[in-house]
Amino acid sequence: MAFVWVTLAKIGVTLFWVMNLGAILTWVERKQSAVMQDRIGANRANIGPFRIIGLFQIAADSLKMILKEDWIPAGGNRFLHTIAPIISVFFALLAFAVIPIGNTLTISGQEIPLSIITTDVAILFVFAMLSLEIYGVVFAGYSSNNNYAMLGGLRASAQMFSYEITFGATIIGLLMIYGTLDLQELIRAQKGSIGGWYPRWGIFLQPLGFFLFCAAGLAETKRNPFDLPEGESEIVGYFVEYSGMKFGLFMLTDFLETILISALVTIFFFGGWQVPFLEADGFHFGSTAFLLSPVWVTVLQISIFFLKLTVFLWLFMQIRWTLPRFRYDQLMRLGWNVLLPLSLLNIFITGLILMIWG
Amino acid sequence: MPNEVKVKVMKAAAPRERTLREKAYIPEIARGLRITAAHFWGNLFIHIKRLFGIRTKERGSVTYQYPEERRPLSPRVRTLHRLVKREDGSPRCVACMMCETICPAKCIYIIGADHPDPNIEKHPLQFDIDLGVCVFCGLCVEACPEDAIRMDTGILEFSAYSREGMIYHMKDLLR
Ligand code: SF4
Ligand code: SF4
Repeated sequence: MAFVWVTLAKIGVTLFWVMNLGAILTWVERKQSAVMQDRIGANRANIGPFRIIGLFQIAADSLKMILKEDWIPAGGNRFLHTIAPIISVFFALLAFAVIPIGNTLTISGQEIPLSIITTDVAILFVFAMLSLEIYGVVFAGYSSNNNYAMLGGLRASAQMFSYEITFGATIIGLLMIYGTLDLQELIRAQKGSIGGWYPRWGIFLQPLGFFLFCAAGLAETKRNPFDLPEGESEIVGYFVEYSGMKFGLFMLTDFLETILISALVTIFFFGGWQVPFLEADGFHFGSTAFLLSPVWVTVLQISIFFLKLTVFLWLFMQIRWTLPRFRYDQLMRLGWNVLLPLSLLNIFITGLILMIWG
Repeated sequence: MPNEVKVKVMKAAAPRERTLREKAYIPEIARGLRITAAHFWGNLFIHIKRLFGIRTKERGSVTYQYPEERRPLSPRVRTLHRLVKREDGSPRCVACMMCETICPAKCIYIIGADHPDPNIEKHPLQFDIDLGVCVFCGLCVEACPEDAIRMDTGILEFSAYSREGMIYHMKDLLR
Protein backbone atom coordinates (compact mmCIF):
# COMPACT_ATOMS: atom_id res chain seq x y z
CA MET A 1 0.00 0.00 0.00
CA ALA A 2 2.78 2.39 0.92
CA PHE A 3 4.24 1.79 -2.51
CA VAL A 4 1.03 2.95 -4.19
CA TRP A 5 0.88 6.13 -2.18
CA VAL A 6 4.53 6.88 -2.78
CA THR A 7 4.11 6.30 -6.50
CA LEU A 8 1.01 8.48 -6.63
CA ALA A 9 2.88 11.21 -4.79
CA LYS A 10 5.77 10.92 -7.22
CA ILE A 11 3.37 11.13 -10.17
CA GLY A 12 1.87 14.25 -8.63
CA VAL A 13 5.27 15.85 -8.12
CA THR A 14 6.41 14.99 -11.63
CA LEU A 15 3.23 16.30 -13.22
CA PHE A 16 3.56 19.43 -11.13
CA TRP A 17 7.06 20.36 -12.17
CA VAL A 18 6.71 19.23 -15.76
CA MET A 19 3.42 20.99 -16.49
CA ASN A 20 4.40 24.15 -14.67
CA LEU A 21 7.75 24.28 -16.38
CA GLY A 22 5.99 23.74 -19.70
CA ALA A 23 3.61 26.60 -19.00
CA ILE A 24 6.40 28.88 -17.87
CA LEU A 25 8.35 28.05 -21.02
CA THR A 26 5.60 29.61 -23.14
CA TRP A 27 6.33 32.83 -21.32
CA VAL A 28 10.09 32.30 -21.29
CA GLU A 29 10.11 31.79 -25.02
CA ARG A 30 8.51 35.15 -25.68
CA LYS A 31 10.57 36.98 -23.12
CA GLN A 32 13.85 35.42 -24.09
CA SER A 33 13.36 36.06 -27.78
CA ALA A 34 12.29 39.60 -26.96
CA VAL A 35 15.25 40.37 -24.75
CA MET A 36 17.77 38.98 -27.19
CA GLN A 37 16.21 40.97 -30.03
CA ASP A 38 16.26 44.22 -28.03
CA ARG A 39 12.52 44.13 -27.53
CA ILE A 40 10.44 43.92 -24.38
CA GLY A 41 7.99 41.13 -25.04
CA ALA A 42 4.66 40.29 -23.49
CA ASN A 43 4.10 42.63 -20.55
CA ARG A 44 0.52 43.84 -20.85
CA ALA A 45 -1.48 41.08 -19.21
CA ASN A 46 -2.39 42.43 -15.79
CA ILE A 47 -4.62 41.96 -12.81
CA GLY A 48 -5.36 45.45 -11.62
CA PRO A 49 -2.10 47.35 -11.43
CA PHE A 50 0.01 44.19 -11.15
CA ARG A 51 1.90 43.03 -14.18
CA ILE A 52 4.75 40.97 -12.67
CA ILE A 53 6.82 41.18 -15.86
CA GLY A 54 4.09 39.63 -17.99
CA LEU A 55 3.70 36.37 -16.11
CA PHE A 56 -0.09 36.72 -16.21
CA GLN A 57 0.25 36.12 -19.91
CA ILE A 58 0.38 32.39 -19.16
CA ALA A 59 -3.00 32.50 -17.42
CA ALA A 60 -4.44 34.72 -20.12
CA ASP A 61 -3.24 32.37 -22.84
CA SER A 62 -4.60 29.25 -21.19
CA LEU A 63 -7.93 30.95 -20.59
CA LYS A 64 -8.06 31.98 -24.22
CA MET A 65 -7.21 28.47 -25.41
CA ILE A 66 -9.89 26.89 -23.23
CA LEU A 67 -12.60 29.34 -24.22
CA LYS A 68 -11.93 29.23 -27.94
CA GLU A 69 -14.19 27.28 -30.25
CA ASP A 70 -13.06 23.73 -30.82
CA TRP A 71 -13.45 23.27 -34.52
CA ILE A 72 -13.31 20.00 -36.44
CA PRO A 73 -13.16 20.38 -40.22
CA ALA A 74 -15.98 19.03 -42.34
CA GLY A 75 -14.99 15.64 -43.73
CA GLY A 76 -12.35 15.25 -41.05
CA ASN A 77 -12.17 12.19 -38.90
CA ARG A 78 -13.72 13.32 -35.62
CA PHE A 79 -12.24 10.54 -33.53
CA LEU A 80 -8.67 10.75 -34.78
CA HIS A 81 -8.83 14.53 -34.81
CA THR A 82 -9.72 14.50 -31.13
CA ILE A 83 -7.24 11.91 -29.93
CA ALA A 84 -4.24 13.12 -31.96
CA PRO A 85 -3.22 15.93 -29.58
CA ILE A 86 -4.01 13.71 -26.61
CA ILE A 87 -1.67 11.03 -27.95
CA SER A 88 1.07 13.60 -28.39
CA VAL A 89 0.82 14.97 -24.88
CA PHE A 90 0.23 11.56 -23.33
CA PHE A 91 3.43 10.02 -24.64
CA ALA A 92 5.44 13.15 -23.99
CA LEU A 93 4.31 13.07 -20.37
CA LEU A 94 4.77 9.33 -20.06
CA ALA A 95 8.43 9.63 -20.98
CA PHE A 96 8.99 11.66 -17.80
CA ALA A 97 8.08 8.60 -15.74
CA VAL A 98 11.66 7.35 -15.90
CA ILE A 99 13.45 10.69 -15.62
CA PRO A 100 15.23 10.77 -12.25
CA ILE A 101 15.34 14.19 -10.64
CA GLY A 102 17.53 13.02 -7.79
CA ASN A 103 19.15 9.96 -6.32
CA THR A 104 17.09 8.57 -3.46
CA LEU A 105 15.13 10.11 -0.65
CA THR A 106 15.22 8.30 2.69
CA ILE A 107 12.01 8.67 4.63
CA SER A 108 11.69 6.70 7.89
CA GLY A 109 14.29 4.17 6.88
CA GLN A 110 12.87 3.59 3.42
CA GLU A 111 14.83 4.46 0.33
CA ILE A 112 12.61 6.04 -2.31
CA PRO A 113 14.15 6.37 -5.76
CA LEU A 114 13.36 9.77 -7.23
CA SER A 115 11.88 8.64 -10.51
CA ILE A 116 8.38 7.24 -10.90
CA ILE A 117 9.46 4.01 -12.53
CA THR A 118 12.79 2.38 -11.76
CA THR A 119 13.54 0.09 -14.62
CA ASP A 120 16.69 -1.13 -16.27
CA VAL A 121 15.33 -0.32 -19.75
CA ALA A 122 14.64 3.32 -18.98
CA ILE A 123 16.51 4.61 -22.01
CA LEU A 124 14.60 2.33 -24.34
CA PHE A 125 11.39 3.45 -22.66
CA VAL A 126 12.12 7.13 -23.30
CA PHE A 127 13.03 6.45 -26.90
CA ALA A 128 9.91 4.36 -27.41
CA MET A 129 7.71 7.13 -26.06
CA LEU A 130 9.42 9.67 -28.29
CA SER A 131 8.76 7.43 -31.30
CA LEU A 132 5.13 6.86 -30.36
CA GLU A 133 4.55 10.59 -30.38
CA ILE A 134 4.81 10.47 -34.14
CA TYR A 135 1.37 8.88 -34.16
CA GLY A 136 -0.14 12.03 -32.75
CA VAL A 137 1.45 14.05 -35.53
CA VAL A 138 0.46 11.65 -38.29
CA PHE A 139 -3.11 11.33 -37.03
CA ALA A 140 -3.39 15.10 -36.80
CA GLY A 141 -2.28 15.47 -40.40
CA TYR A 142 -4.46 12.62 -41.65
CA SER A 143 -7.66 13.42 -39.81
CA SER A 144 -7.78 17.09 -40.78
CA ASN A 145 -8.98 16.48 -44.35
CA ASN A 146 -6.59 19.17 -45.47
CA ASN A 147 -3.76 18.67 -47.90
CA TYR A 148 -1.47 21.08 -46.11
CA ALA A 149 -1.99 19.29 -42.85
CA MET A 150 -1.43 15.95 -44.52
CA LEU A 151 1.82 17.15 -46.08
CA GLY A 152 2.84 18.63 -42.76
CA GLY A 153 2.21 15.32 -41.07
CA LEU A 154 4.28 13.51 -43.67
CA ARG A 155 7.10 16.02 -43.37
CA ALA A 156 7.04 15.67 -39.62
CA SER A 157 7.05 11.88 -39.60
CA ALA A 158 9.82 11.68 -42.24
CA GLN A 159 11.93 14.09 -40.24
CA MET A 160 11.35 12.37 -36.93
CA PHE A 161 12.06 8.93 -38.33
CA SER A 162 15.27 10.12 -39.95
CA TYR A 163 16.59 11.78 -36.85
CA GLU A 164 15.47 9.02 -34.54
CA ILE A 165 18.17 6.80 -35.97
CA THR A 166 20.89 9.34 -35.25
CA PHE A 167 19.29 10.04 -31.93
CA GLY A 168 19.56 6.41 -30.93
CA ALA A 169 22.97 5.85 -32.47
CA THR A 170 24.62 8.77 -30.67
CA ILE A 171 24.06 7.37 -27.22
CA ILE A 172 25.36 3.91 -28.05
CA GLY A 173 28.85 5.23 -27.35
CA LEU A 174 27.69 6.25 -23.89
CA LEU A 175 26.06 2.89 -23.31
CA MET A 176 29.31 1.19 -24.26
CA ILE A 177 31.23 3.23 -21.72
CA TYR A 178 28.78 3.05 -18.82
CA GLY A 179 27.28 -0.30 -19.71
CA THR A 180 23.74 0.30 -18.52
CA LEU A 181 20.32 1.20 -19.90
CA ASP A 182 19.04 2.41 -16.54
CA LEU A 183 19.06 6.19 -16.26
CA GLN A 184 19.71 6.08 -12.52
CA GLU A 185 22.62 3.69 -12.95
CA LEU A 186 23.90 5.83 -15.82
CA ILE A 187 23.97 8.85 -13.56
CA ARG A 188 25.56 6.92 -10.71
CA ALA A 189 28.24 5.74 -13.12
CA GLN A 190 29.09 9.37 -13.89
CA LYS A 191 30.33 9.88 -10.35
CA GLY A 192 33.91 10.72 -9.55
CA SER A 193 36.33 12.53 -11.78
CA ILE A 194 38.70 12.04 -14.63
CA GLY A 195 42.30 12.81 -13.68
CA GLY A 196 41.09 14.23 -10.38
CA TRP A 197 39.83 17.39 -12.04
CA TYR A 198 37.06 16.96 -14.62
CA PRO A 199 33.89 15.34 -13.39
CA ARG A 200 33.40 11.96 -15.02
CA TRP A 201 30.51 13.27 -17.12
CA GLY A 202 29.46 12.08 -20.54
CA ILE A 203 30.46 15.34 -22.22
CA PHE A 204 34.14 14.72 -21.48
CA LEU A 205 33.98 11.13 -22.67
CA GLN A 206 31.68 11.69 -25.64
CA PRO A 207 32.11 15.27 -26.90
CA LEU A 208 31.10 14.36 -30.43
CA GLY A 209 28.15 12.39 -29.12
CA PHE A 210 27.00 15.48 -27.24
CA PHE A 211 26.85 17.63 -30.37
CA LEU A 212 25.11 14.93 -32.36
CA PHE A 213 22.64 14.30 -29.58
CA CYS A 214 21.82 18.00 -29.31
CA ALA A 215 21.28 18.30 -33.05
CA ALA A 216 19.14 15.19 -33.30
CA GLY A 217 17.29 16.14 -30.14
CA LEU A 218 16.46 19.55 -31.53
CA ALA A 219 15.12 17.84 -34.63
CA GLU A 220 12.98 15.61 -32.42
CA THR A 221 11.43 18.58 -30.68
CA LYS A 222 10.42 20.00 -34.06
CA ARG A 223 11.74 23.43 -33.21
CA ASN A 224 14.01 25.78 -35.10
CA PRO A 225 16.25 25.17 -36.98
CA PHE A 226 14.32 21.98 -37.66
CA ASP A 227 10.80 23.35 -37.48
CA LEU A 228 9.69 22.36 -40.97
CA PRO A 229 6.82 20.24 -39.64
CA GLU A 230 5.36 23.34 -38.05
CA GLY A 231 6.63 26.47 -39.71
CA GLU A 232 4.16 28.55 -37.74
CA SER A 233 4.82 31.71 -39.65
CA GLU A 234 4.07 30.52 -43.16
CA ILE A 235 3.74 26.88 -44.24
CA VAL A 236 1.91 25.68 -41.11
CA GLY A 237 2.17 21.98 -40.64
CA TYR A 238 0.04 19.18 -39.32
CA PHE A 239 -1.93 21.29 -36.84
CA VAL A 240 -3.24 23.80 -39.33
CA GLU A 241 -6.83 22.66 -38.68
CA TYR A 242 -6.57 22.77 -34.92
CA SER A 243 -7.94 25.43 -32.66
CA GLY A 244 -8.42 26.09 -29.00
CA MET A 245 -7.06 23.75 -26.40
CA LYS A 246 -6.30 20.99 -28.90
CA PHE A 247 -3.86 23.32 -30.58
CA GLY A 248 -2.67 24.23 -27.11
CA LEU A 249 -1.90 20.59 -26.45
CA PHE A 250 0.33 20.45 -29.51
CA MET A 251 2.15 23.55 -28.34
CA LEU A 252 2.46 22.02 -24.91
CA THR A 253 3.90 18.85 -26.44
CA ASP A 254 6.57 20.97 -28.06
CA PHE A 255 7.58 22.46 -24.76
CA LEU A 256 7.37 19.13 -22.98
CA GLU A 257 9.67 17.65 -25.57
CA THR A 258 12.08 20.51 -25.10
CA ILE A 259 12.10 19.82 -21.38
CA LEU A 260 12.53 16.11 -22.04
CA ILE A 261 15.45 16.59 -24.42
CA SER A 262 17.08 19.01 -22.00
CA ALA A 263 16.62 16.51 -19.20
CA LEU A 264 18.12 13.76 -21.35
CA VAL A 265 21.12 15.90 -22.29
CA THR A 266 21.59 16.69 -18.63
CA ILE A 267 21.39 13.04 -17.66
CA PHE A 268 23.45 11.59 -20.49
CA PHE A 269 26.19 14.18 -20.75
CA PHE A 270 26.19 16.32 -17.61
CA GLY A 271 25.76 13.82 -14.86
CA GLY A 272 22.09 14.39 -14.09
CA TRP A 273 21.86 15.12 -10.37
CA GLN A 274 25.57 14.57 -9.78
CA VAL A 275 27.19 17.50 -8.00
CA PRO A 276 30.97 17.55 -8.45
CA PHE A 277 32.78 16.41 -5.28
CA LEU A 278 29.49 15.59 -3.55
CA GLU A 279 29.38 12.12 -2.03
CA ALA A 280 26.49 10.52 -0.19
CA ASP A 281 27.56 12.16 3.08
CA GLY A 282 28.86 15.55 1.97
CA PHE A 283 31.54 17.29 -0.05
CA HIS A 284 34.97 15.73 -0.33
CA PHE A 285 37.84 17.79 -1.72
CA GLY A 286 40.80 15.48 -1.54
CA SER A 287 41.24 14.86 2.17
CA THR A 288 39.10 17.75 3.47
CA ALA A 289 35.38 17.10 3.82
CA PHE A 290 32.24 19.09 4.57
CA LEU A 291 29.72 16.67 5.96
CA LEU A 292 26.05 17.18 5.17
CA SER A 293 22.94 15.32 6.28
CA PRO A 294 21.38 13.05 3.62
CA VAL A 295 18.34 15.32 3.23
CA TRP A 296 20.55 18.26 2.31
CA VAL A 297 22.47 16.10 -0.12
CA THR A 298 19.20 15.16 -1.82
CA VAL A 299 18.05 18.77 -1.91
CA LEU A 300 21.37 19.80 -3.43
CA GLN A 301 21.13 17.06 -6.02
CA ILE A 302 17.60 17.98 -7.04
CA SER A 303 18.49 21.66 -7.29
CA ILE A 304 21.58 20.96 -9.38
CA PHE A 305 19.49 18.80 -11.68
CA PHE A 306 17.03 21.63 -12.25
CA LEU A 307 19.87 24.10 -12.63
CA LYS A 308 21.44 22.02 -15.38
CA LEU A 309 18.02 21.54 -16.93
CA THR A 310 17.46 25.29 -16.96
CA VAL A 311 20.80 25.90 -18.62
CA PHE A 312 19.88 23.56 -21.45
CA LEU A 313 16.37 24.94 -21.77
CA TRP A 314 17.98 28.34 -22.12
CA LEU A 315 20.44 27.04 -24.70
CA PHE A 316 17.74 25.36 -26.79
CA MET A 317 15.59 28.48 -26.70
CA GLN A 318 18.60 30.52 -27.70
CA ILE A 319 19.33 28.21 -30.61
CA ARG A 320 15.69 28.30 -31.64
CA TRP A 321 15.74 32.10 -31.87
CA THR A 322 19.20 32.39 -33.40
CA LEU A 323 19.25 30.00 -36.32
CA PRO A 324 17.14 30.18 -39.45
CA ARG A 325 15.29 27.14 -40.68
CA PHE A 326 16.86 24.49 -42.88
CA ARG A 327 15.52 23.74 -46.31
CA TYR A 328 13.89 20.33 -46.42
CA ASP A 329 16.55 18.73 -48.63
CA GLN A 330 19.28 20.25 -46.46
CA LEU A 331 17.55 18.80 -43.45
CA MET A 332 17.44 15.33 -44.91
CA ARG A 333 21.01 15.56 -46.19
CA LEU A 334 22.19 16.71 -42.79
CA GLY A 335 20.39 13.87 -41.11
CA TRP A 336 21.41 11.02 -43.38
CA ASN A 337 24.72 12.20 -44.88
CA VAL A 338 26.31 13.97 -41.93
CA LEU A 339 24.82 13.15 -38.58
CA LEU A 340 24.25 9.44 -39.10
CA PRO A 341 27.78 8.65 -40.42
CA LEU A 342 29.24 10.80 -37.66
CA SER A 343 27.29 8.94 -35.04
CA LEU A 344 28.45 5.62 -36.49
CA LEU A 345 32.01 6.96 -36.47
CA ASN A 346 31.48 7.90 -32.85
CA ILE A 347 30.49 4.34 -32.02
CA PHE A 348 33.50 3.03 -33.90
CA ILE A 349 36.01 5.32 -32.20
CA THR A 350 34.51 4.65 -28.79
CA GLY A 351 34.76 0.92 -29.41
CA LEU A 352 38.35 1.26 -30.55
CA ILE A 353 39.36 3.26 -27.50
CA LEU A 354 37.55 0.89 -25.19
CA MET A 355 39.32 -2.04 -26.80
CA ILE A 356 42.72 -0.45 -26.38
CA TRP A 357 42.32 0.99 -22.85
CA GLY A 358 39.18 -0.70 -21.64
CA MET B 1 32.33 68.02 -71.39
CA PRO B 2 31.33 69.48 -68.05
CA ASN B 3 28.05 67.71 -67.70
CA GLU B 4 29.30 64.25 -68.43
CA VAL B 5 28.19 61.85 -65.83
CA LYS B 6 30.82 59.40 -64.81
CA VAL B 7 29.36 55.95 -64.39
CA LYS B 8 31.34 53.36 -62.63
CA VAL B 9 30.16 49.92 -63.58
CA MET B 10 30.25 47.63 -60.63
CA LYS B 11 30.54 43.94 -61.14
CA ALA B 12 28.40 41.82 -58.92
CA ALA B 13 30.66 39.88 -56.63
CA ALA B 14 30.81 36.23 -57.54
CA PRO B 15 29.40 33.99 -54.82
CA ARG B 16 32.25 33.40 -52.47
CA GLU B 17 33.52 29.89 -51.88
CA ARG B 18 32.68 28.94 -48.36
CA THR B 19 35.68 28.39 -46.17
CA LEU B 20 36.18 25.18 -44.30
CA ARG B 21 35.28 26.95 -41.08
CA GLU B 22 31.93 27.98 -42.53
CA LYS B 23 31.28 24.55 -43.96
CA ALA B 24 31.91 22.93 -40.61
CA TYR B 25 28.87 24.89 -39.44
CA ILE B 26 29.45 24.46 -35.73
CA PRO B 27 31.88 27.41 -35.33
CA GLU B 28 29.51 29.66 -37.23
CA ILE B 29 26.60 28.54 -35.08
CA ALA B 30 28.70 29.28 -32.04
CA ARG B 31 29.47 32.74 -33.42
CA GLY B 32 25.79 33.43 -33.99
CA LEU B 33 24.91 32.20 -30.55
CA ARG B 34 27.59 34.41 -29.06
CA ILE B 35 26.03 37.48 -30.66
CA THR B 36 22.49 36.68 -29.54
CA ALA B 37 23.63 35.60 -26.11
CA ALA B 38 25.58 38.83 -25.68
CA HIS B 39 22.45 40.79 -26.50
CA PHE B 40 20.40 38.61 -24.19
CA TRP B 41 22.61 38.92 -21.13
CA GLY B 42 23.39 42.57 -21.74
CA ASN B 43 19.74 43.51 -22.02
CA LEU B 44 18.72 41.22 -19.18
CA PHE B 45 21.22 42.93 -16.91
CA ILE B 46 19.77 46.34 -17.77
CA HIS B 47 16.22 45.09 -17.23
CA ILE B 48 17.14 43.64 -13.84
CA LYS B 49 18.75 46.91 -12.83
CA ARG B 50 15.53 48.67 -13.80
CA LEU B 51 13.47 46.17 -11.87
CA PHE B 52 15.39 47.02 -8.72
CA GLY B 53 14.86 50.69 -9.34
CA ILE B 54 18.38 51.55 -10.39
CA ARG B 55 18.13 54.31 -12.97
CA THR B 56 20.32 53.84 -15.99
CA LYS B 57 20.64 55.67 -19.24
CA GLU B 58 20.87 52.41 -21.19
CA ARG B 59 17.57 51.44 -22.72
CA GLY B 60 17.81 47.66 -22.95
CA SER B 61 15.27 47.63 -25.73
CA VAL B 62 14.29 49.73 -28.68
CA THR B 63 10.60 49.36 -27.94
CA TYR B 64 8.33 52.37 -27.52
CA GLN B 65 5.68 51.36 -24.99
CA TYR B 66 3.16 52.80 -27.36
CA PRO B 67 0.07 54.19 -25.69
CA GLU B 68 2.08 55.61 -22.81
CA GLU B 69 5.19 56.46 -24.74
CA ARG B 70 5.02 57.96 -28.18
CA ARG B 71 7.65 58.45 -30.78
CA PRO B 72 8.38 62.11 -31.41
CA LEU B 73 6.76 63.13 -34.67
CA SER B 74 8.60 65.10 -37.27
CA PRO B 75 7.01 68.56 -37.60
CA ARG B 76 6.34 67.94 -41.28
CA VAL B 77 4.53 64.65 -40.85
CA ARG B 78 1.02 64.68 -42.31
CA THR B 79 -1.65 63.89 -39.75
CA LEU B 80 -5.36 64.60 -39.29
CA HIS B 81 -6.57 67.69 -41.17
CA ARG B 82 -7.80 70.85 -39.53
CA LEU B 83 -9.41 73.99 -40.86
CA VAL B 84 -7.71 77.16 -39.76
CA LYS B 85 -9.97 79.69 -38.03
CA ARG B 86 -10.25 83.40 -38.37
CA GLU B 87 -10.12 85.55 -35.26
CA ASP B 88 -13.88 85.32 -34.86
CA GLY B 89 -13.81 81.53 -35.03
CA SER B 90 -15.23 81.12 -38.51
CA PRO B 91 -13.23 79.11 -41.03
CA ARG B 92 -10.61 80.92 -43.01
CA CYS B 93 -11.58 78.87 -46.05
CA VAL B 94 -13.09 80.82 -48.93
CA ALA B 95 -14.65 77.81 -50.65
CA CYS B 96 -12.48 78.18 -53.70
CA MET B 97 -12.63 74.43 -54.33
CA MET B 98 -8.89 74.20 -55.02
CA CYS B 99 -8.44 71.41 -52.57
CA GLU B 100 -11.51 69.57 -53.77
CA THR B 101 -10.19 69.80 -57.32
CA ILE B 102 -6.68 68.60 -56.63
CA CYS B 103 -7.60 65.84 -54.22
CA PRO B 104 -6.52 62.64 -55.97
CA ALA B 105 -8.84 60.55 -53.82
CA LYS B 106 -11.81 62.86 -54.43
CA CYS B 107 -12.68 62.79 -50.78
CA ILE B 108 -13.35 66.49 -50.06
CA TYR B 109 -16.90 67.74 -50.47
CA ILE B 110 -17.50 71.48 -50.17
CA ILE B 111 -20.70 73.48 -50.50
CA GLY B 112 -19.89 77.14 -50.75
CA ALA B 113 -22.12 80.20 -50.20
CA ASP B 114 -21.77 83.96 -50.25
CA HIS B 115 -20.23 85.38 -47.12
CA PRO B 116 -22.24 88.05 -45.30
CA ASP B 117 -19.10 90.21 -45.05
CA PRO B 118 -18.67 91.93 -48.45
CA ASN B 119 -14.86 91.90 -48.03
CA ILE B 120 -14.89 88.12 -48.10
CA GLU B 121 -16.34 86.60 -51.18
CA LYS B 122 -17.49 83.12 -50.08
CA HIS B 123 -17.41 80.73 -47.20
CA PRO B 124 -18.12 77.01 -46.92
CA LEU B 125 -21.52 75.88 -45.64
CA GLN B 126 -20.36 72.35 -45.59
CA PHE B 127 -16.84 71.02 -45.63
CA ASP B 128 -16.52 67.24 -45.37
CA ILE B 129 -13.44 65.08 -45.70
CA ASP B 130 -13.93 61.34 -46.01
CA LEU B 131 -10.89 60.15 -44.10
CA GLY B 132 -11.67 56.58 -44.95
CA VAL B 133 -10.76 57.45 -48.54
CA CYS B 134 -8.07 60.11 -48.01
CA VAL B 135 -4.57 58.97 -48.91
CA PHE B 136 -2.81 61.63 -46.83
CA CYS B 137 -0.95 63.01 -49.81
CA GLY B 138 -1.12 66.53 -48.45
CA LEU B 139 -1.96 68.05 -51.83
CA CYS B 140 -4.99 69.81 -50.38
CA VAL B 141 -2.68 71.69 -48.03
CA GLU B 142 -0.36 72.60 -50.88
CA ALA B 143 -3.19 73.78 -53.09
CA CYS B 144 -4.98 76.02 -50.64
CA PRO B 145 -4.42 79.73 -51.50
CA GLU B 146 -5.63 80.89 -48.09
CA ASP B 147 -3.61 78.52 -45.91
CA ALA B 148 -6.99 77.43 -44.62
CA ILE B 149 -6.42 73.71 -44.39
CA ARG B 150 -3.51 72.14 -42.59
CA MET B 151 -2.46 68.64 -41.62
CA ASP B 152 -0.51 69.46 -38.49
CA THR B 153 -2.75 68.29 -35.64
CA GLY B 154 -0.42 65.43 -34.72
CA ILE B 155 -3.44 63.17 -34.32
CA LEU B 156 -2.73 59.78 -35.82
CA GLU B 157 -5.27 57.61 -34.06
CA PHE B 158 -8.73 58.17 -35.42
CA SER B 159 -11.08 55.41 -36.22
CA ALA B 160 -14.80 54.75 -36.31
CA TYR B 161 -17.18 51.86 -36.21
CA SER B 162 -18.71 52.68 -39.60
CA ARG B 163 -17.69 54.22 -42.89
CA GLU B 164 -19.94 57.20 -42.16
CA GLY B 165 -18.06 57.76 -38.94
CA MET B 166 -14.87 58.34 -40.93
CA ILE B 167 -16.40 61.38 -42.66
CA TYR B 168 -15.26 64.43 -40.73
CA HIS B 169 -17.51 67.47 -40.97
CA MET B 170 -16.62 71.12 -40.70
CA LYS B 171 -17.26 71.32 -36.97
CA ASP B 172 -14.90 68.37 -36.39
CA LEU B 173 -12.26 69.93 -38.56
CA LEU B 174 -12.50 73.36 -36.97
CA ARG B 175 -10.75 72.44 -33.79
S1 SF4 C 1 -4.52 64.65 -48.13
FE1 SF4 C 1 -4.74 64.23 -50.33
S2 SF4 C 1 -6.33 62.68 -50.40
FE2 SF4 C 1 -6.46 63.58 -48.37
S3 SF4 C 1 -7.98 65.17 -48.55
FE3 SF4 C 1 -5.99 66.15 -48.96
S4 SF4 C 1 -5.72 66.04 -51.13
FE4 SF4 C 1 -7.36 64.63 -50.63
S1 SF4 D 1 -8.32 75.28 -51.08
FE1 SF4 D 1 -8.37 76.23 -49.05
S2 SF4 D 1 -9.69 77.99 -49.33
FE2 SF4 D 1 -10.01 76.68 -51.11
S3 SF4 D 1 -11.76 75.43 -50.55
FE3 SF4 D 1 -9.93 74.28 -49.96
S4 SF4 D 1 -9.59 74.87 -47.86
FE4 SF4 D 1 -10.99 76.33 -48.65
